[in-house]
Amino acid sequence: MNDIMNITTKEAGKREMTINMGPQHPSTHGVLRLELVLDGEIITDVRPNIGYLHRCFEKYAEEVGDYSKVIPYTDRMDYVSAMNQEHGYVTAMERMLEIEVPERVEYIRVIVAEMQRIASHLLGIGAFGLDLGAFTPFLYLFTEREKILNIFEKVSGARLLYNYMTVGGLMRDVPEDFKTDVAEFVKTFRPKIKELNDLLSYNKIFIQRTADVGVLPEKVAFNYAASGPVLRGSGVKWDLRKNDPYSIYDRFDFEIPVGSGEMGTLGDSWDRYIVRVRELEQSLRIIEQALDGMPDEGDVTEAAPKRIRPKAGEMYVRTETPRGELGYYIISDNKGGPYRVKARAPSFVHLSLLRAISRGHLIADMIAIVGSIDIVLGEVDR
Amino acid sequence: MSELLGIIGPASAILVHALIPLTIILVYALAAIWGERKIAGFIQDRLGPHRVGGWHGWAQSIADLLKLLQKEDIIPTDASRFLYKFAPFMMFTASYAAFAIIPFSSGYIGSMINIGVFYLLAVTSLLTISVIMGGWASNNKWSLIGSMRSAAQMVSYEVPTIASVLTVVIVAGSLNLMTVTELQSGNDILGFLPNWFIFQNPFLIITFIIFFISILAEAHRVPFDLPESESELVAGYQTEYSGMRWAMFMLAEYADMLLLSLLGVTLFFGGWNSPFGEFMAGPIWGFFWFMGKGLFLVVIMMWIRWTLPRYRVDQLMHICWGILIPASFVNLILVALWEVIF
Amino acid sequence: MKEPKEIFEYLIKEFGEDGIHFETGDTGEPWIEVPAGNVKEIMKFLRDDFQLKFNVLMCLSGVHYASEAALGVTYHINSTVNSAKLALKVKVPEEDPVIPSVESIWKTANWHEREAYDMVGIHFKNHPDLRRILTAEDWEGHPLRKDYVQQEFYQGIPTGE
Repeated sequence: MNDIMNITTKEAGKREMTINMGPQHPSTHGVLRLELVLDGEIITDVRPNIGYLHRCFEKYAEEVGDYSKVIPYTDRMDYVSAMNQEHGYVTAMERMLEIEVPERVEYIRVIVAEMQRIASHLLGIGAFGLDLGAFTPFLYLFTEREKILNIFEKVSGARLLYNYMTVGGLMRDVPEDFKTDVAEFVKTFRPKIKELNDLLSYNKIFIQRTADVGVLPEKVAFNYAASGPVLRGSGVKWDLRKNDPYSIYDRFDFEIPVGSGEMGTLGDSWDRYIVRVRELEQSLRIIEQALDGMPDEGDVTEAAPKRIRPKAGEMYVRTETPRGELGYYIISDNKGGPYRVKARAPSFVHLSLLRAISRGHLIADMIAIVGSIDIVLGEVDR
Repeated sequence: MSELLGIIGPASAILVHALIPLTIILVYALAAIWGERKIAGFIQDRLGPHRVGGWHGWAQSIADLLKLLQKEDIIPTDASRFLYKFAPFMMFTASYAAFAIIPFSSGYIGSMINIGVFYLLAVTSLLTISVIMGGWASNNKWSLIGSMRSAAQMVSYEVPTIASVLTVVIVAGSLNLMTVTELQSGNDILGFLPNWFIFQNPFLIITFIIFFISILAEAHRVPFDLPESESELVAGYQTEYSGMRWAMFMLAEYADMLLLSLLGVTLFFGGWNSPFGEFMAGPIWGFFWFMGKGLFLVVIMMWIRWTLPRYRVDQLMHICWGILIPASFVNLILVALWEVIF
Repeated sequence: MKEPKEIFEYLIKEFGEDGIHFETGDTGEPWIEVPAGNVKEIMKFLRDDFQLKFNVLMCLSGVHYASEAALGVTYHINSTVNSAKLALKVKVPEEDPVIPSVESIWKTANWHEREAYDMVGIHFKNHPDLRRILTAEDWEGHPLRKDYVQQEFYQGIPTGE
């Protein structure tokens, strides 16, 4: 305690000052603690400290002894994109068990996963704006996110943590008006993207705040295993939905938006931001195609196995969540529950590259960088 | 007896004169905080406060005030107690004292001094000192950074503010704001426009733009709200304050916003002059027009706040030293030339 | 060169058969087991060889193999150039769990190795900053070991229910 109290006197006369950003700070997106070493307002070093939200996901998965009981806990990792987390886990389990999933289930999964991607990006974009002082876009985007959550509530009964997908199927069939609801959402949402661009993306102050800030070169991005919008912001066309297709993503026609350094340097915060905005449109395209192709009839639970017991073996399955590559490394020893589950969370990896891209910037840029890599602490700490 | 009366008379006059602006500030602050939340609500597609008091939640600020009055006054262990306690009051005093030379209507001005503008600029400089005092005395690093930012910002932006005020003073030829206002009476420009300075000289429009940007920064409003930017510095120099002391800071901020808007109105928009010449003129209407125009500028400030993101500290300084100050001095010369020629 | 089997043979040619095995489970993906001693050289070779170009370390997981009394690390690497994936494993005995750090090859390994150290208790040689990451700095034991017993009190606070 004593050196916390006397830290000012100890630092007196030194040029540098250490300051704690978080765990209770308005824009660290949860309980992240960053130790900043400052020279004036310039950051000379940053040490992220995590673990405040550690909920023993991996230990739980080993102890519970039932593969299906892990699913609700995957929801709680990245709680703003729960559908994508489930999608990754059930895909991994289906590959382990070598199950063929019915068409209708795959289509519904893709639709809800893409809706979830939109919802998650809306939150990420909105919170990014909020970090930079633009309050209003955040609430506009939340209005839209609300519509998605309403559809999810109809579908699964929950608004945030759905527990909707099961190994081999879905918890229950979608309601009758699902297709019209989704089509209605897609129709009303498209003009909002333009509104967002007018209000935030091409705002002069916003561009000045984000362009040339936190530049992540392609080489560094690979070395730190960046993925998702962070990697694409650096100009790399890499999207697991295209490069290592899972589910039925290979049937859809969509583009991979990448950063191009339009407003500043390639791989800066604005590039990472705009990739997310452009992905909204691509997700809408996937949803539209999936709505057209989705079979109207079919039992969504028919392929679900009564008893889940994969043969001994192991697998690493990666899927593209809104934040990047989510990998599940599952080891089975031919029992009812997994021997080991490791979740490779994209936010965890992205947070580790924070130090590499934020030194030499100002405090205000730190906020922009943390916002632009869009971390969710639930996933970092698991 | 007569000696006593001789003291009581002027003393009560001073008291009354002091209470008039205070009443205006307090009523305005309660209304403005509620109004800002309503405006923010409407801009953001929501309702804002709408429960307390029935009609559109008009009593929300009063309820908040009562809550703040009851809150514990927390002083950090290692804070410098006297300065910590004193800073909010000093800040409010600084902006309150400046109201003395604001001509609220043709019939009322707190103090008819000849160096009114000079007095105002001098007194509002105390704001900077109180912000540093509060931030440094808190013994919190975020507060310290906030107050240092604030000091740099306010000292820098005083230069373009003063330069643009000076431009108007050149045109008016007086430092007394009452005289400045009286010069703007009548509707002679193009036969119908009021004689406001903003219409008198095209370069004064540029002066007003510079002035408005500078007062946004002086009053810590978005996009220049860096001293208290909540998403970066938690709450800047106010981080450690709670309860009534924090409320004093808020009050001072809102008072400052009104003060600078009223100064702008006096200098550019004819003060208490009616826009329709003799129609709806007179001391009472004068007060109405004056406050109406002032509040209009305040609403524009709020509108900007809920629309734009925030600048970064180096960009803020660049705007001031790189753009506004040169522009304001060039403009000063242009205005002076115009006045000489026409 | 994409298939694990091909890569395995290529590796043997380079590093000899000593300690390098190709293994498959009853289901799932195959993996290559490599000896702890020269894991760093192998990784560097995998990253830099012009035919392999495994430029991304996707995942690094610590595993406790209770039945073999061994601790292990699984590396999942990815080549964005060749669109290839590969899993590699290293196993070390419980008593002396030391594995060379690959942090100097892929920076992302830094935090993954810290996690493996925290959760399973593997020591990574030459890691620049080997501290606990998810649990508290003075936490006792490594939670993901199969024989882990949770400490009853942490700084005087009961940890159980």
